[in-house]
Amino acid sequence: MRGPHDVGGLQDGPVDTEAHPLTFWEKQIDGLRAAVGAIGLVNTHENRAAVEALGHDAYNTLAYYERWTAALCRLLIDKGALTQDEIDARVALVRQRLAASGELESGMESP
Amino acid sequence: MSEEHHLHDHEHGSVHAPPQPDDKVHSYYQILGIALKELLIEKGVVSADDVRRQIERRDSITPANGARVVAKAWTDPAFRKRLLDDANGAVSELGFEMTTAKLVAIENTAGEHNVVVCTLCSCYPRDLLGLPPSWYKSRAYRARVVREPRAVLAEFGTHVPEHVVVRVHDSTADMRFLVVPERPEGTQGLGEAELAALVTRDSMIGVARASAPNR
Amino acid sequence: MTRLAPGTPIRVREDFPPGHIRTPVYLRGKTGEVIKFFGNFDNAETAAYGLPGLKKGVYKVRFRAIDLWSDYAGPAIDAIEADLYEHWLERLT
Repeated sequence: MRGPHDVGGLQDGPVDTEAHPLTFWEKQIDGLRAAVGAIGLVNTHENRAAVEALGHDAYNTLAYYERWTAALCRLLIDKGALTQDEIDARVALVRQRLAASGELESGMESP
Repeated sequence: MSEEHHLHDHEHGSVHAPPQPDDKVHSYYQILGIALKELLIEKGVVSADDVRRQIERRDSITPANGARVVAKAWTDPAFRKRLLDDANGAVSELGFEMTTAKLVAIENTAGEHNVVVCTLCSCYPRDLLGLPPSWYKSRAYRARVVREPRAVLAEFGTHVPEHVVVRVHDSTADMRFLVVPERPEGTQGLGEAELAALVTRDSMIGVARASAPNR
Repeated sequence: MTRLAPGTPIRVREDFPPGHIRTPVYLRGKTGEVIKFFGNFDNAETAAYGLPGLKKGVYKVRFRAIDLWSDYAGPAIDAIEADLYEHWLERLT
């Protein structure tokens, strides 16, 4: 009954009060999400609902912008902007490219 | 405040320094994010320029904007009243536009300490303060600040006396909250720019007080 | 729904519908007090699915921390405030 995002009042450990700056990749996702929002393709409420719909395991495992990426992917497919097949094909291509250029952490070369 | 001044302010920071790539791509979702961006650009849904402009806009909005608002509220009683009555209108006088949400200013006083959270996601006055700090989005902060606010404030080094009300604002709808911290002691005679330098991001979220002036 | 005046005591509906709900679980079934009316806003519960829907009034509601948490450790003056859609609020009295 309680969604994975609805954490108010639950127990948790100390707050890490340091501010960690966004990485290059996180800024890219933030910018992409904003750009898709600006053209009216995906609104903020849809983004939140899609993040919540990832379920407890994914919500609690993924980092903030990883959740946004997963949610955006789902919404783009649902809205017909992209297909699962073309996303799968492009992910494979990007994975190969990053592996070849040495930008991929070892162990990530295959799905 | 003129638009000219507003642009001038932006020229000073190093906000346009190009971001540095991360060391390594280490998760499937990072690969997925790159793939989505490439596909959306190739299909013409958005352009590379659109994405770049959004990133630059985010980078150009910093807590210094909010600090100017607070410093003006400290020094100009009429502005302070307009800020508390209609924050969108008041901040637009300084050239700051709230594009998607209603800004609400809440004032800390000798008897009341306000602190802001979004327990459900990460609602934050991004149009005025920029992106939220990582801790604001953390499960620990979101879970605990509505349950044991004084303990959480203490973790930020902020100890609120028992006779002072602690009021936690959970941003559950379209309102975005800006805390106007108390003006520190010993700041009589300081100008707006000097005062603004005392207004930290954390003090505008309410987990800290404004800094004391250097003596 | 008749506009709720500031000071009106309310109880938050204790319901658990599926979908995108902006009323946090920790407030459901709790009693509080209307502080102010913010105006009418898009209902996130429908906007989250890209659907049209009626705008809903949003109120700032104040809850005493000791009414939310029976073992609240701080003083009784402390409060939590949230912005809630009108259809989640039941007038008490």
